[in-house]
Amino acid sequence: MIAVELSKLYRRPRTWAALVLLVALPTVVAILLATTGVGPRPGQGPAFLSAVLSDGSLFGVAALAIVLPLFLPISVAVIAGEAVAGEAQAGTLRYLLVRPVGRTRLLVAKLVAVFAFVATAVLLVAASGYVVGKALLGDGSVPPATFSGTSLTPAQIALRSVLAILYVMLSMMGIAATALALSTFTDSPLSATLGALALLIGSSLLLTLDAARSLQPYLPTRYWLSFVDLFRDPILWRNVERGVGLQAVYVVVLLGVAWANFQTKDITS
Amino acid sequence: MITTSALTKRYGPVLAVDRIDLDVRAGDIYGFLGANGSGKTTTVRMLLGLVLATSGTITVQDRPMPKHAAQVLPEVGALIEGPAAYGHLSGRTNLTLLDAAGGAPRVSARGSGRPDRARRIEAVLEQVGLADVGRRPVRTYSLGMRQRLGLAGALLRRPRMLILDEPTNGLDPQGIREIRELLLALNRDGTTIFLSSHLLAEVEQLCTRVGVLDRGRLVVQDDLGRLHAPTGNTVVITPDAAPARALLGSRVLRVAGDRLVVHGADPAAVNAVLVGAGVRVRELVAERRTLEEVVMAATAPAPAVVDRHGNTDVQVTTDAQVTTGPFGRSADTVERREEAS
Repeated sequence: MIAVELSKLYRRPRTWAALVLLVALPTVVAILLATTGVGPRPGQGPAFLSAVLSDGSLFGVAALAIVLPLFLPISVAVIAGEAVAGEAQAGTLRYLLVRPVGRTRLLVAKLVAVFAFVATAVLLVAASGYVVGKALLGDGSVPPATFSGTSLTPAQIALRSVLAILYVMLSMMGIAATALALSTFTDSPLSATLGALALLIGSSLLLTLDAARSLQPYLPTRYWLSFVDLFRDPILWRNVERGVGLQAVYVVVLLGVAWANFQTKDITS
Repeated sequence: MITTSALTKRYGPVLAVDRIDLDVRAGDIYGFLGANGSGKTTTVRMLLGLVLATSGTITVQDRPMPKHAAQVLPEVGALIEGPAAYGHLSGRTNLTLLDAAGGAPRVSARGSGRPDRARRIEAVLEQVGLADVGRRPVRTYSLGMRQRLGLAGALLRRPRMLILDEPTNGLDPQGIREIRELLLALNRDGTTIFLSSHLLAEVEQLCTRVGVLDRGRLVVQDDLGRLHAPTGNTVVITPDAAPARALLGSRVLRVAGDRLVVHGADPAAVNAVLVGAGVRVRELVAERRTLEEVVMAATAPAPAVVDRHGNTDVQVTTDAQVTTGPFGRSADTVERREEAS
C-alpha cells in the first residue's frame, strides 16, 4: 500500500509542479544576488543571505530559509490536505477501503507519502540551493562567517546543514499532520488545505503580537526558523530543542486525532 | 451469504435504515429495489463496512461484518454508487494500483495472487469489453466506459460474491445486454450477486430473488417466481364488456374499458361461462402481477399492507394500477439521467 501511495504521489503532475516552484524561488534569489552583488545587510532579510555572498555553499540552507515561511508549508498543506479528502472527493476512497485496505494502513501509507513529499521537497531545495550557490555566488575564498563571527570548516557546514534539513523536515510534519487530520474530517481537499494554512497564518500573525507573548511558545511556527541557531558557534541548542519537542507534540496529537476520527467515520463519499 | 438482523442506521434524527432482515442465499441473483433515498446505498455501505450500523448485525460469507472485513472483503467485488478512478491515469494503471493496494497474496488457489496481476487485468478488461481502450486516461472515458471499468475493478479478484449498486447505469442498451449476460454467466459459475437498483425491468430480467426497500424498511422479500405467481383471478378482454359484466355479476372485480378482472383461477371455466352465453372473448389469461405492481402495492402510499400481516412476505390483495410514482416510467427516467450526465 505504501508503494502504491508513493507511486500515486510521484505520478501526479502537480507534485512536480510544486517541486519546480519550490526550487525556482531560491534560484531567482541567487541569480539576483549574483548579478547585482547587493545582499541584505547582516541581520536583515532572510537568514544567511548576507553570508552567501562570501560563501555560496551556505545557499542550500539559505534557500530553505527563503521557502520556509510560506512556500514550503503551502505545498505541504496541499499534498497532505489531499491525502484522504482527495480520495473521498474522487470517490476512490470507498473502493480502496472495500479492496480491502485497512483504515489504519491507509492512513499510515498516506502519512508516509506525505513525509516522502516533505523529504523530497526539502532535499531538493537544499541541494539545488547548494548547487546554484556554488555556481553563482561566493566561492569561499573569503572564509564563511557564522552569526557569531567565527569561521566554520566545510565539514562543520555539512554536518550542520544535515541537522538543519532534518529540523526543517520535522517542522513541516507539524503542518502536514494538521492537514492530514483535517483531511479525514472533510470530503473537500481544499478545505483541509485551507484549514491547515489558517493555522499557519494565524500562528505567524500571533507571533508578531506582543500581547500574545504567553501563547507564543506553543504556536506551531514559533521555532521554525530556529534552525538558524545551528549555524551559531557554539550551536545554540535551546530553541532547536524546544522546536523539536513542540513539533513532536503537534505531530503525535494530530495524527492521533486523524486516526481516531478516520477509524470510526462513516464513509459516505 | 448475506444475512442481516434488525440492521438499523440512524443519521441524527433521520432513520435511514430501519430494522431490516436481509436474507441473500448462495447462488442468488438478489435484486435490491428501492426509490432514491430509500436507504439502498446506506445498506450497501453497511454490508461493506464503509458505514457503521447503529444497531443490528450483518453476516457476509458466513462471517460477521465489519469485524471480519479483512477476511470477507477479498471475496467480495463491489460497485458502490457509481465508479471512481484517478482521471489522469489509464484504466489499466488504475486497476493495477487498485489491485496492488490490497496487498495481493503471492499465491492463491483462485489464481488471484500477485504474479497473475497483469493477466487478471487483461482478463477483466476483456470481460467488460474494455480490452481495446489502450493507454487513454480515464478522464477521456464516457460514463459507460467508466461504469465498465468499475465493474472490471469489482471482478479483479475473482470474487465469490458481487455487490453491485446500479451496475448498468450509463450504459447503452447494447452495453446493458452485455453486462446482463456477463452477470448471468458469472452467476452460473457460482457467483452470488447482490444487485441494488431502481430499475424494475433490470431486476425482473436478471434476478431470482427480490427485496424492496421503502423509506428504510424492507417491505418485500421473496423469490421472483412467487411474486409472479397467479393471483387467483382471470383477466378477460372482450368487446362485450357490459354483457360480460352482467353475466358474471359479483365475480367481476374490476372493469377498465374492454378489460375485466374476474375472480377465479381457471380461465377455462370463466371462458365456458362467457362463451356459453354468447359473449365474445378476445383474450383470456390468468392474472399475474408484474414486479411493478408488487412494488407499488408494497410501497405506496404507506406500507400498511405489510404491517397488517406482520411479516415481510407480501400478500397484497388490492389492485395496483399505479404507473407513476417513485418507480414509474423508469426507462424514461434513466434516459433523461444519462443525458443530464
